Amino acid sequence: MADPLLDSLLAPGPAPTRAAPAWLDAARRQAREALVREGLPGARNEAWKYTSLRALAQRRYMPGDAQAATRNLERGLADLPGLGDARLVFANGVFRADLSRLPEAAGLVVEPLADALADADGLARASFERRFDDPAQVFARLNTALADDGFVLRVAPGARVAEPVHVVVLGAGAQALAWNLRLVVELGAGSALTLVEHHAGEADDAQLGNVVAEFALGAGARLDLLQLQVAAESATRIRRSAFTLAADAVLNLRTLELGGALARHDLVVGLDGDRARLTSRGVFVVRARQHSDTRLDVRHRARDTACDLVWRGVASGRARGVLHGAITVDPGADGTDASLDTKNLLLSAQAEIDVQPVLEIHADEVKAAHGATVGQLDERALFYLRTRGLPEAEARALLTLAFCRVAVDTLENVALREHVDALLLERLPVHGEPA
Amino acid sequence: MLKIENLHVRVAGKDILKGLSLSVGAGEVHAIMGPNGAGKSTLGNVLAGRDGYEVVDGSVTYDGIDLLALEPEQRAAAGVFLAFQYPVEIPGVNNTYFLRAALNAQRKARGEIELDSIQFLRKVREKLAVLHLKDELLHRAVNEGFSGGEKKRNEIFQMALLEPRLAILDETDSGLDIDALKMVADGVNAMRDPTRAFVVITHYQRLLDYIVPDFVHVLADGRIVQSGDKSLALKLEEEGYAWVAERRVAGAA
Ligand SMILES: Nc1ncnc2c1ncn2[C@@H]1O[C@H](COP(=O)(O)OP(=O)(O)OP(=O)(O)O)[C@@H](O)[C@H]1O
Ligand SMILES: [Mg+2]
Repeated sequence: MADPLLDSLLAPGPAPTRAAPAWLDAARRQAREALVREGLPGARNEAWKYTSLRALAQRRYMPGDAQAATRNLERGLADLPGLGDARLVFANGVFRADLSRLPEAAGLVVEPLADALADADGLARASFERRFDDPAQVFARLNTALADDGFVLRVAPGARVAEPVHVVVLGAGAQALAWNLRLVVELGAGSALTLVEHHAGEADDAQLGNVVAEFALGAGARLDLLQLQVAAESATRIRRSAFTLAADAVLNLRTLELGGALARHDLVVGLDGDRARLTSRGVFVVRARQHSDTRLDVRHRARDTACDLVWRGVASGRARGVLHGAITVDPGADGTDASLDTKNLLLSAQAEIDVQPVLEIHADEVKAAHGATVGQLDERALFYLRTRGLPEAEARALLTLAFCRVAVDTLENVALREHVDALLLERLPVHGEPA
Repeated sequence: MLKIENLHVRVAGKDILKGLSLSVGAGEVHAIMGPNGAGKSTLGNVLAGRDGYEVVDGSVTYDGIDLLALEPEQRAAAGVFLAFQYPVEIPGVNNTYFLRAALNAQRKARGEIELDSIQFLRKVREKLAVLHLKDELLHRAVNEGFSGGEKKRNEIFQMALLEPRLAILDETDSGLDIDALKMVADGVNAMRDPTRAFVVITHYQRLLDYIVPDFVHVLADGRIVQSGDKSLALKLEEEGYAWVAERRVAGAA
C-alpha cells in the first residue's frame, strides 16, 4: 500500500556508521515489511480513533538529522532543578556526548545502543527482535526498522542507585525531521533506580520524535520514574513506554504530558510476577490547539498483583485530550487489586476530553474499581477564594493547579516538585483565555 | 455604612428575600436571628456576591457605592467579609499560600504595599494566638480534614488576618464547644472599633452573651419582621418564633 507519509518516514536516513549484524537486518526488514504491508492505521482502528494520522499525513518528513551530533542547541534546555549534573542527552535522536556526563554509581552501566547492538545475545537484541503484531503499533515497528541510537542501561542485581539518572530527549530545529530513539533499561533483582525521563525541545521544534523505551524490572526491583514531557507546542512526539515487572517488583510512575502539538503516549505495563505493583500518577494539560492522547494498558498476569492509577486531565482553548485507561486481569491472576481514577477539567467550550476506562476481568477474587469524570471547576470553591480577595483568574488558576497536582504532590525532590508546579501553572489559562 | 433597601432576591426561580431592608452603621454589631430557611444565608451570599442569586428589586449601598455592581473580590478588597456557614474544603490548595495570596491581592487592589513572607508570617502568628489554632492547620489544604469547629475558627482567623470593615458571620457559633465559642467571641471583640461593623447570624442567644449586639433583628420569610435591642434575643430564646409567624401574617394582611 503506497502511502506518501510512510514512504517519507521509511526513506533511508544518514548512513549508519557500522554494518549491522545479520539478526538486526532481519528484524528491521521484518518490521519494515509489516509496515509496508499494513500501512498507517486509519480512523477505524480503535487505538487511533481519537488521534487521526491524517493531520500528519499532510506532511513529509526528512529521515534523521545529519547535523544532530553537532547542532548548536539553545542553552538550558536540558536543565532541571533538583538534579545533579549527570545526564544523558539526545538531540534529534542522536546521543550528545558533549552535553552529557555519564552518571557514576556502583552497579550502573550505560552502553550506547550501537555498541549494545553488536552484542549477539544482549538486551538490545531482545528488544529489537520483539515483534509488534498489532498494526496499531505502527510507530513501534517504525522504531524497530530505523532506530540506531539510544542506550541500554543496566542496574546490577542488588545495586541501589541513589542519584537520579536524568535522561533528556530534545528536539531542535524548525525543519520537519523524523527521528527514532530506543531506550532499554534493565533493573536486576532487588535493585533500585530513580530515573527522570525528560522530553523537551527548542521553541520552534517541528520534529516528529518517535521514542520507544523499554523497562524490565527483575524480582523485587524498584523503579521510580518521572516522565516529564514538555516538548514545544509545534512538536510531534510519539512514545511507547513498556514495562515488565517480575515478582515483587515495584514501579512508581509519574507522567506529565504537557507539551507537543501532537503527543501520543502508549504506556504498557505487564505485571508478570506475583505481587508486582504499579502506582501511576499522571496528568495531561493541553491548551490552544494541542492534542494529547495517552493510552494506559495494564495487564495483570500473576497473582496478587496491584495497580493504582490516578490521572488528571485539563484542556482549554481548542485543545483535545484523550485518556484511554485499560486494565486487563488475565485468567489465573487471582487476588488482583486494580483501580483507575481519572478526573478531567474542561476549561473552555471548544476544548474536548475523551476518557475511556476499560476493565476486563478474567480471574477470581479481584478487587477492581474505576471512576472517570469530566467536569468544570467547583463553583463553591471558586466563590470561596474570591470572597477572600483573589481575582477570578487567579482563583481559577489556583484551583486548576490544585486539581492536577495529584500527579506530583508526592514527589520527594522539593526543587523538582516546585519546578513541575511552575510548569503546570505556566500552562493554565490564567490570563484572559475565555472560560 | 451598609444600607439594604427593599431587597428582593430569587434563587433557582424561587423568591427567597422578599423586601428586606436593613441599615448598619460603622461601629455597630447587628445580630440576625430567624427560623431555618428564612433567607439568612441567602442574605450573606448576596452581600458577598455569589453567582446565581438574582436581585429582582431593591438596592444595597456600602459606603455610598452600589455593592451589587462589584465582583466578589472587589467587595473583599473594599472590606466586606463573609464567614461561611459551611466553609468549603479545597484539596490541593495550601492554606498559608492561599491566605497570603488573598491578603496581597486585596492590598494590591487597594494600592497598598504587598507583604513579604516574613511580614506575613508575623501577622499570622499574632492572629493565630488569639484563636488558639494549631500551626499545623496552616500547612494543610484549605479546610481539608478540619473538624467542624476548626473550620469555624479558621473563618474567624481569616477575618482577623484580612481585617475587613464589614464582617458577616453566618452561624459561626454552630457546632462550637463553649471554649471555642469564647475564642471566636474574643476574636470578634478584639476587632470591634468605631470604623468596623459586624452582622452576626445566629440561632443562639448564648453567642450574644459574648458578642453583645447593638441591635437584634428577626428575619422570617425573606424580610426583617422585628428589630430591637439585645433583649429581643432573650425573648426569642424563651418564646421561639411562633409569635413571629403571627406577626408575619399580620404584616402580610
Ligand atoms: N441554590 C438554591 N436552590 C434552591 N433553593 C435554595 C438555594 N439556596 C437557598 N435556597 C432556599 O432558600 C431558602 C433560604 O435558604 P437560606 O440558606 O438562606 O436559609 P437560612 O435562613 O440561612 O437557614 P438556616 O438557618 O437553616 O441556615 C431555603 O428554603 C433554601 O432551600
Ligand atoms: Mg443559613
